[in-house]
Amino acid sequence: MSAILSTKSLAKSFGAITAAADVSVTVEEGEIVGVIGANGAGKTTFINMVTGYLTPTSGSIHFRGRDITGMPPRRVVRAGICRSFQVSQLFGELTALDNMLIALGMLREGALGWIAPLHTTRRERQAREVLARYTIEEHAAHPVATLPQGVRKLLDIAMATVSAPPLLLLDEPTSGVAIDEKFPLMDTVMGPVRASGAACLFVEHDMEIVERYAARVIAFYDGRILADGPVAEVLEDPGVRRFVIGSEIHRARAG
Amino acid sequence: MGLDRSTLGLGAAALALLAAGPLLPDWLRFVGTVALANALVVLGVLLLMRAGLVSFGQGLYYCIGGYAAGVAGKYWGITDAFVLLALGVAASAAVAAALGLLLSRYREIFFAMFTLAFSMILYGLLTKTQALGSTDGFNVVQASFAGFRPPQASVKGWLYALTVLVAFGCAIALQRYLRSGMGYAGEAIRENEIRVEYLGVSVRRVIYAKYVLAAVLAALGGGLQALATGHVGPDMAYWTTSGEFVFVVLLGGTTHVGAALAASFLFELVKSYVSHLSPYTWQLSLGAVLLAIILFLPKGLWSLRERFARKAA
Repeated sequence: MSAILSTKSLAKSFGAITAAADVSVTVEEGEIVGVIGANGAGKTTFINMVTGYLTPTSGSIHFRGRDITGMPPRRVVRAGICRSFQVSQLFGELTALDNMLIALGMLREGALGWIAPLHTTRRERQAREVLARYTIEEHAAHPVATLPQGVRKLLDIAMATVSAPPLLLLDEPTSGVAIDEKFPLMDTVMGPVRASGAACLFVEHDMEIVERYAARVIAFYDGRILADGPVAEVLEDPGVRRFVIGSEIHRARAG
Repeated sequence: MGLDRSTLGLGAAALALLAAGPLLPDWLRFVGTVALANALVVLGVLLLMRAGLVSFGQGLYYCIGGYAAGVAGKYWGITDAFVLLALGVAASAAVAAALGLLLSRYREIFFAMFTLAFSMILYGLLTKTQALGSTDGFNVVQASFAGFRPPQASVKGWLYALTVLVAFGCAIALQRYLRSGMGYAGEAIRENEIRVEYLGVSVRRVIYAKYVLAAVLAALGGGLQALATGHVGPDMAYWTTSGEFVFVVLLGGTTHVGAALAASFLFELVKSYVSHLSPYTWQLSLGAVLLAIILFLPKGLWSLRERFARKAA
């Protein structure tokens, strides 16, 4: 196997606050990796740096051997890294179908016509196919702002995957989703990812989900990598149990 | 590429207006010419508003379009309407291409204030320029049309026909554009810029293109207005002129280009009537109309049409 993503000593500071430090990660082609850590541990900062939303203070990011450090999001996306968001980033007043059509037009086809209509029979069929694959076709005609959180999450992920990216980063795909919907949602999401052979990093707080879907886990604590390895090994790591999983249990009990 | 209902509807309306032209009284034909010239600027404002940007400075390009026609006629002896309009478009596009580099970085009130500031800079420059008539402006030459010089009595009729063709031609093209990928990109930007960037598209480039396009439309409107009224003045760049264009978009709504054309005509008609009946309080009446629209038809007059269509269905 060869590395699809490689970060070396990534760091990000906001004034005196260090959000990430010395983050070195290598992800292989087709690998599915869970990313865990308490709130503020640096998980989203890591994803934001890899996808160009944040420019690292220092360090480097390579995608299939190409240096993408500091590239703007649109170029990172064009290079082949797509992402979903912790809070779904959609076009709220437009319908789910329009959202998907825009994603197809922009991301898959890579060019926007000035006169040719966005709504074509072919593109609509493709959009409905993607919506059906993500089990949300029945919501096609509804404005996104009126849809339940779980549907919005799926649409957010579906839009990120229309170009079949070789690397997909999912930021808390199950957050805000009802407990009994979490596993079906992950099944729906991970099915096409596995089938396409794409590599995938997903941030998750639920350890059962991590155990079921990831082959490897990276645990973040205080902006640094606390542990990185096979799921069983990392979840048994004393540091991880103390600083990551413990906090989850505490959080769960408090909630 | 087939002709959709909007294209057919707008095309039919243009043909009807062209056919009705010779039958209309002079005053109504003049109001129609001015309304459609201004509607071109309104189309540009609508284009930007669909992307979530409110320009309080389209008067800048309206004025450039008008003054380009005026200056080319006055100093270079050019009378051909097509050349005069083309000069205004070229000048506006050049200015917009430069200013767009800065403005495409800004949103919301900052974008609005920057656009306003640039138009007011032009206003200030023109009021201090004696050679261009300072605050009074100057008269514009009588237009000819591709070598054809109609008798003076019929020039206004020819200008009316040209304005109908240009306004409806642009409206049809813009309606198609709004339904294209680039058109939807505007709505997508209004709704969520982050997502647009993560779909691999440069938000700034899309906004830049829309800004230049809006400037071109405004220049066409300014040029036609100058030729129709036979006069240009710095008031074309004054911020209240730009405010009127925003007013007309709010009046009509942003869902369809037809709204801009209809609202512009209604606005000119009401303005003419009310300013005749009550010269000192006509803005009060327009303010009341706008208040009523915002309260009862927040999506503009065009939403009435959609309401009726829904009821009929």
